Amino acid sequence: MIANTPSPHVLACTDGSLYAPSVYQHSAWAALRIGAGVRVLHVLDPHRGRAIGGDLTGAIGFDASAELTAALAQLEETQARVARLKGDAILEDAARQLASAGVEQVVALQRHGTLVETLEELEPAAELVVIGKRGEHCDFAKGHLGRELERVIRTSVRPVLVASRAFKPVQNILIAYDGGPSVLKAVDFVASSPLLQGLSCHLLRAGKTDDTAIHPMEEAAAKLRSAGFEVTTEAISGAPDAVIGQAVRDRRIDLLVMGAYGHSPIRQFILGSTTTTMVRTCLVPVLMFR
Amino acid sequence: MFSSLFRLFVFSNNLSKEWFSNIRGDILAGTVVALALIPEAIAFSIIAGVDPKVGLYASFCIAVVTAFFGGRPGMISAATGAMALLMVTLVKQHGLHYLLVATLLTGVFQIIAGLIRIGDVMRFVSRSVMTGFVNALAILIFMAQLPEFKGAGPPMYAIVAGSLAIIYLLPRLTKAVPSPLVAIVVMTVIAIVFDLDVRRVGDLGALPDALPVFLWPQVPWTLETLWIVLPYSAGLAAVGLLESLMTAQIVDEMTDTASDKNRECSGQGIANIVAGLFGGMAGCAMIGQSVINVKSGGRGRLSTLVAGVFLLILLVVLGPWVKQIPMPALVAVMIMVSIGTFSWASFRNFRVHPTSSSIVMVSTVLVVVFTHNLAIGVGVGVLLSALFFAKKVSQVLRVTSQPAPEGRIYLVTGQLFFASADAFVREFDFKEVVAKVCIDVSHAHFWDLTAVASLDKVVLKFRREGAEVTILGLNEASATLVDRLGVHDKEDALEKLLAH
Repeated sequence: MIANTPSPHVLACTDGSLYAPSVYQHSAWAALRIGAGVRVLHVLDPHRGRAIGGDLTGAIGFDASAELTAALAQLEETQARVARLKGDAILEDAARQLASAGVEQVVALQRHGTLVETLEELEPAAELVVIGKRGEHCDFAKGHLGRELERVIRTSVRPVLVASRAFKPVQNILIAYDGGPSVLKAVDFVASSPLLQGLSCHLLRAGKTDDTAIHPMEEAAAKLRSAGFEVTTEAISGAPDAVIGQAVRDRRIDLLVMGAYGHSPIRQFILGSTTTTMVRTCLVPVLMFR
Repeated sequence: MFSSLFRLFVFSNNLSKEWFSNIRGDILAGTVVALALIPEAIAFSIIAGVDPKVGLYASFCIAVVTAFFGGRPGMISAATGAMALLMVTLVKQHGLHYLLVATLLTGVFQIIAGLIRIGDVMRFVSRSVMTGFVNALAILIFMAQLPEFKGAGPPMYAIVAGSLAIIYLLPRLTKAVPSPLVAIVVMTVIAIVFDLDVRRVGDLGALPDALPVFLWPQVPWTLETLWIVLPYSAGLAAVGLLESLMTAQIVDEMTDTASDKNRECSGQGIANIVAGLFGGMAGCAMIGQSVINVKSGGRGRLSTLVAGVFLLILLVVLGPWVKQIPMPALVAVMIMVSIGTFSWASFRNFRVHPTSSSIVMVSTVLVVVFTHNLAIGVGVGVLLSALFFAKKVSQVLRVTSQPAPEGRIYLVTGQLFFASADAFVREFDFKEVVAKVCIDVSHAHFWDLTAVASLDKVVLKFRREGAEVTILGLNEASATLVDRLGVHDKEDALEKLLAH
């Protein structure tokens, strides 16, 4: 059990990486728009799977297991203390940045465990989860996504806002429409939540545009219009990732909204994932729905 | 394609973490463990009375299979002494092929144990029993070395002493090479150069010269065979699971990570079936080797796999040299393992720990040393700890009384069950002449039939003395129990109680 769950809040996941300031700004933006607080989460994942300083003598002396346990505990204690202090500093900085961005209610939280398992516990109470596109050591392999990102999105029950490198005020949004259940959920959210109210909205359908089997885009557009949105619709044939990427650039879109990972990991393993490609290649923040 | 393959590993649940989060450490540690497995597997084969290759093939199969199917990443399983000791009579009376059948059946039992979640039962094994277990194990390993000294000349003692010196002193100079390996190499060279009169590994039976091959046991597949191997398999399965689960617990504590005990049970079972099919003896997890693995930096499943595979490569490549290893050098390595397994702190703890814990620990050790069966020892230990626990809790019972108008009121506080029932009855003064007795049990707990019967007995005794008895505040748990089991508040109560 985790104590002190605040009232409506945006859950911002930080690791103090290069993307952190942008995560705070995106969180502040979202929190102010929906009138909620922000809960900043930092997880301490000690990677217990990794060994510390091997001793290859292969000899064991008196009370071998007890002594080894004590020695390992001592080593990990030191490391954990350093990690905790570092985490405290990251959270302090986060609270400062969020406060100066105008968020009144900021709660900082540090937990032991992996990001995915911690989010599973915390996320149901949140309105929205914000996470950076890449994590620590993000410049190590450009074009690679944060290791945890896909797992977070896959297990998420809440909308996930994937923050881009830098925050830019959001004016135009593009909904990548494929008629699937996740994107219909996205349309419902956009129509009903105050988050994106009053922004100009483009609905784009890519791929086989003559497929009548999918849920008609016009219905989604009508729903958004009746919620007060100014909506334009468009259908372009071609590979979805290329078409959407092009549209994001051409129309100077500030936020991409899409359903995420419609396919099983097995199929994706063979064919690759549009979602991953989109998050990687579009330089704008992405709001994802499962 | 390769990047997606990589991604599948990275993103699929714990798979990547358990296998690839510590590649360098796991490979190095696995190598160290493989080197240490050779002397152990040979020594344990000798205990069981089979060719060294039986233990070595078993160690390879078990290590590789548990790397994939075990529940505790980083734990080392192979042919072990505790198991070898249980096979001695079977091998002597019926031969190797019956041992292979027993190994297969052991595996089946262990898989079933995993399916019925026997790992959960481990919580009944107390800390004192665990300490007794590791101490007994250490003593068994040490005792198994003693026959080697029988009738041996000075070279034997010299090599053992020299090896032990290298094993314990070399780490002070360098931590980069496994000292037991250096001891074995140096002693092998000395034995060859000076042509010392000591037994060699090659004198003890066949060593592996090729990869293990599928070997279907040559026995009559009849019920008679089943009855022969069944008792051995049951013992092997029990001891194997006990040692594996305890080792898993020790590794859990050392690394501060969790393991899946039931998966470990099934994993051990699969490993033993595979070992049996490739001509190996039954095995289980090894405390000493697992400690060596963690100490050398091994954490993931990869370390176990490397240990198994590297063991086999070493044997096939170095076979002719392994034959030349002098037995005293192996004895020295095994002495190191037994010293490392023993919990020396338990001597110190005699003064600190409660006597009952020490009795449990010592009884476990003694029973194992006399029966050579760790399962019986643990059984006795668990039983004793349960008895001591019952005795302790039975002391949590107090009956006070004070005079009341026309009689006396008794106040009962604490736990009432079979072990405290007699003391409970003795607390009442039946000789006192009173008209009314009130027994307030609102702060007591009734756990079993004996508790209920003892309350009945008290009530009836008072009634027979002519007192009117009322019972106050039977709390809900006790009330349901008394309602269902008690006789005093029903008609013809006396007859019923006497009929018990």
